[in-house]
Amino acid sequence: MKVNGDVAALDVEPWVSLLDALRERLGVTGPKKGCDQGACGACTVLADGVRINSCLALAVQYDGQEITTIEGVDHPLQEAFVRNDGLQCGYCTSGQICSAIGMLAEHAAGMPSAAGGSGALTEDEVRERMSGNLCRCGAYNGIVDAIMEVAR
Amino acid sequence: MSIKYAEAEPATTDATKYVGRAVDRIDGPAKTTGEARFAAEYSYPDLAYAALVHATIPRGRITAIDTAAARAVRGVIDVLTHESTPAMKPPPKPSVLDLSSMVAGTSVNYLGTDEVHWNGQPIAVVVAETPETARYAASLVRPAYQELPAATDFEAEKHHAVPQKSSLISEASANKGDAPAALAAAPYAVDLTFSTPPQSHNAIEPHASTAVWDGDRLTLHEGTQNIPWTRRHLALRFGVPEKGIRILSPYVGGGFGGKGSVWAGTLLAVLAARVTGRAVRLALTRESVYHTVGGRTASTQRVALGAEADGRLTALIHTSVSRTGRTGGSGEQITAGSRHLYAAPNIHLQQNVVQLDLLANTFMRAPGESIGTFAMESAVDELAWKLGMDPIELRMRNEPERDPLGGQEFSGRRLREAYALGAERFGWHARDPRAGAMRDGKWLVGMGVATAYHPSLQMMASVTVRLEAAGTLVVRCGLHEMGMGTATVQAQIAADEMGVPLEQVRVEYGDSDLPPGPQAGGSMQTATAAAGVLAACAKLKRTLTGLARRAPGSPLRGTRPADVQARDGGLYAGGRGLTYKELLSAAGRDHVEAEVKGSTLAFMAKFLRERRKWVKAATGAHFCEVRVDPDTMEVRVSRWLGVFDAGTIINARTAASQLRGGIVMGLGMALSEHTLIDPRNGRVVNPSLSEYHLPVHADVPHIDVEWLNEPDPNMPLGLRGIGEVGITGVAAAVANAVRHATGKRVADLPITLDKLL
Amino acid sequence: MKPFAYVKPADVEAALHAAATEPGAKFLGGGTNLVDLMREGIEQPQTVVDVTGLPFDTVEDLPDGGLRIGALVRNSALAADPRVRDRYPVLSQALLSGASGQLRNMATVGGNLLQRTRCLYFYDTTSACNKREPGSGCDALDGFNRSCAILGVSDSCIATHPSDMCVALAALDAVVEVRGTGGTRRVPVTDLHRLPGDTPEIETDLAPGELITAVELPPAPADSRYRKVRDRASYAFALVSVAAALEVSDGTVTLARLALGGIAPKPWRAREAERLLTGGPADEAAFRRAAEAELAAASVRDGNAFKTSLATATIVATLRELSQEGAVR
Repeated sequence: MKVNGDVAALDVEPWVSLLDALRERLGVTGPKKGCDQGACGACTVLADGVRINSCLALAVQYDGQEITTIEGVDHPLQEAFVRNDGLQCGYCTSGQICSAIGMLAEHAAGMPSAAGGSGALTEDEVRERMSGNLCRCGAYNGIVDAIMEVAR
Repeated sequence: MSIKYAEAEPATTDATKYVGRAVDRIDGPAKTTGEARFAAEYSYPDLAYAALVHATIPRGRITAIDTAAARAVRGVIDVLTHESTPAMKPPPKPSVLDLSSMVAGTSVNYLGTDEVHWNGQPIAVVVAETPETARYAASLVRPAYQELPAATDFEAEKHHAVPQKSSLISEASANKGDAPAALAAAPYAVDLTFSTPPQSHNAIEPHASTAVWDGDRLTLHEGTQNIPWTRRHLALRFGVPEKGIRILSPYVGGGFGGKGSVWAGTLLAVLAARVTGRAVRLALTRESVYHTVGGRTASTQRVALGAEADGRLTALIHTSVSRTGRTGGSGEQITAGSRHLYAAPNIHLQQNVVQLDLLANTFMRAPGESIGTFAMESAVDELAWKLGMDPIELRMRNEPERDPLGGQEFSGRRLREAYALGAERFGWHARDPRAGAMRDGKWLVGMGVATAYHPSLQMMASVTVRLEAAGTLVVRCGLHEMGMGTATVQAQIAADEMGVPLEQVRVEYGDSDLPPGPQAGGSMQTATAAAGVLAACAKLKRTLTGLARRAPGSPLRGTRPADVQARDGGLYAGGRGLTYKELLSAAGRDHVEAEVKGSTLAFMAKFLRERRKWVKAATGAHFCEVRVDPDTMEVRVSRWLGVFDAGTIINARTAASQLRGGIVMGLGMALSEHTLIDPRNGRVVNPSLSEYHLPVHADVPHIDVEWLNEPDPNMPLGLRGIGEVGITGVAAAVANAVRHATGKRVADLPITLDKLL
Repeated sequence: MKPFAYVKPADVEAALHAAATEPGAKFLGGGTNLVDLMREGIEQPQTVVDVTGLPFDTVEDLPDGGLRIGALVRNSALAADPRVRDRYPVLSQALLSGASGQLRNMATVGGNLLQRTRCLYFYDTTSACNKREPGSGCDALDGFNRSCAILGVSDSCIATHPSDMCVALAALDAVVEVRGTGGTRRVPVTDLHRLPGDTPEIETDLAPGELITAVELPPAPADSRYRKVRDRASYAFALVSVAAALEVSDGTVTLARLALGGIAPKPWRAREAERLLTGGPADEAAFRRAAEAELAAASVRDGNAFKTSLATATIVATLRELSQEGAVR
């Protein structure tokens, strides 16, 4: 498995999730554990560029893939999140940013959404597409503003 | 109609000042790169992992506990039960003489008793080499119980509630005139019963502790809203010197009150580390958080209002029942806002409380006020319908000049301005006053308002400020950062006071080795710390001025201290002066430090003195627009504006976020949040983020927030805490908008579509 | 979770062989449901057979104008497929209304078909649940049952099937291709899931070791749509959902397909409503009569009684919108 560009040789039991492999075995703690059941999005990472919930992924299933966590991200979204105050406590932030990167790629590739379209990326589109990332501090406005700023 | 949000103008026109500006949060880069590390993210070479076993009955005794299967799992280090583990010292009885005694979440001595007090109480801890092993082995522990009868049904038990006791901080009842008689005689009246469900904080970071013992010294990585009391509590429970305990809490992944007390997870992580001799991490599962960390009480409330035809209130009655656990929690100040909101000549307020065999309730963002304002502000709206009067106009007719109960002066209260500004910005005049009359395509449109109210309090803090030879200003205080922008706002304040660039200020916080800060609760931290920072900076300036007047060759020799100003990175009087760097060099010092110490006695004296003179509070006016699907009755909030009278705003960016955050949590309270406690056995049956519905991105529209920015004359820098005022009134504004859209009054939260069909 | 053996077979024969020979084997797709259930201790397979390496990840046109969808096509890929969006909008919409972007990138078609209920008492392993532990009882009957089913229920179970995709597939007359060591068979999706009766633990028609390999769609109806009603705007399971297709000629319904989600232990094909609609007027009164007839058999509890009127309202609204858009191709 490649994690943030480095080859990580991991020998883990099949019941170890990708999230726990990253956090507890590799010390890559950027992806967060908020629910451990795919209900909050804090653990979002990119697997070969596709956003997934690493808590529901068994590490063995991602053998050979390229995993990108927030530590491996260098993206204008990061500064935009700060500028637009798209965060408060910071615990959901890694997942929000990784999810947003994956989401923008999906939109660029023509992925539709329940908000209705695959055309222009409106604020409503961003809200629907980002709904898998919960933020209890309620920084949603700032997150949407940051994404819109970068998408423009 | 669309209203563009404008960042508030700086509070000051002085371009060198930072207070009031929209400064980026200092910890933003750490949080957007993954660098910020939370309590479960510190590694130790001998780290072991713990998992909890929870009771599955609401009340009884453990008659046996079979740990053989768990112990047999490869990688299990130990299984701690009440049979196998030396007991901690019992928690202290709560006492005002030692406020830290209040920090215990419950009175249960975990693993020191065979008693079970609620369904989900932790009864064993598994320690293992990996987190997966610990969790799996925990599922194999088999307790046997002798069950005892339990009262777990709030609906059934609320009739047994007794009057709540008043505390020093919060009074549980009030009577003025004869409210029942005035109600009976009122030409117009409403008399409504409200209910609100249990709710849970659900900070996205589940509670986590990493505990490491070295002899009697303990290092604890913990996400907490209360470092000093937690330290003292742990010292008492483990019988070790307080000085030997170090709590590190630089980042807290959301708290909202849920990390304000010491709960089982923290104690059991420390205990497990003590017993096993290993560094132990206990990162609670989401389900374990539900079973070990209290939430918001359920409530039932009655609000009755009597009025003349012109809207003037003649009677105001607000009574409530909240619940505690039998082993902890406290009755909530549900009627607290109703003491101060309306100028009624006859007032009756009474809070009642009932004990249940459930996990203790605890503070959750604006405990009492958030659900109390739902009832009161819904009832006021209903009275407006009855009178055929605009709900803002009704409120303005009853806006008091002085406190309705105590007669004190308000320490600044500008609700009239908040409503006037809000009405203009929100387009309130375009509201058709008839129910169900506004449409946008198929959607029914409704608009509602409600008042926000939260008291402004201040505790005590010890603060050190240190000027270093290189020109860096270090502010040291054991503050808590859980998203409020703690370090950022105190840096702004210190930078202004000492006249240094923000970049040269470093705030050290989140560490028990620092001078103790206040708890992060009750919307008190920012004002409390600000008072400490201001005092420490003033002291530092005096010391520096003394040095500057004495230092050989100093241009300030012989100047009067009163003429010396801290600005532009140094001290100046008229055109003369010197930079701090020059000053320290001339004085031959590598740093100069000033310290102020917080005192509990001084705090209590000030609190009691001020309470007789003023009522201090942050207030606000919420404006809500909803769209309701006429077929399915799904409610969507489409627009929001909150206008706040919250004193001086220190940071326009983080303040806007904090106020919005309160509103978003209020939207959850209004529309979807409900901790389902099975009345048959007290079990929380939706202990997850998939079945407890927090608002998601798609539920939250753009939220406009404005503030009047009028300093409070009796608060440090004129600031009022804003952590909680945002959530108060929100659920009522939504309910009132829904009432306008549909003609239906929903008096029991959350407002789910089945209540509108 | 309980330790298990993990195998990742390279071809379907090896997968079927593993499932047939390894004790307590379970197929693993995207993991979005099974991994969660394993961590909760609700599923405890001894062997997990990871089928994501099998070549069932394409969508192909069928000669009759239909589509053949590999069982390992990810939910997001299927929702984005231009043929699905164009010809089967109900399916694309149903997929997009489910879960989140991240989960849709992981979840497979086969896994979605086999996902298990979200009933609160199924998830709480300390509660009585006949589905999780046969014979233990059902705490949902007199507990929190707001999300539970009102059609097709029994005294032993009132759990719903949580899928959105399956509701669309039911309306589209999809056929599921199933392979076992004994060969391949085809099952209409409406026959795949079972009603609980006295054996709610048996949820599908699949024999042990059988693997879903594909779903085939017949040619598409004229216009179709999916409407999902839930407790928040996104990322929540359905209280009620409706998959509908309607063809109208001169004000008369010539074709009606209707399936309901959130109200039954299986994706609920509303055949009684379809029968009443077909040949009748495409107006509000007729839609309401059909919906009410379908729901006449509803068996409600305290918490979920509202679903009867909600389902009726949602059916009527969905059909109204379809008919107003001139669903004539």
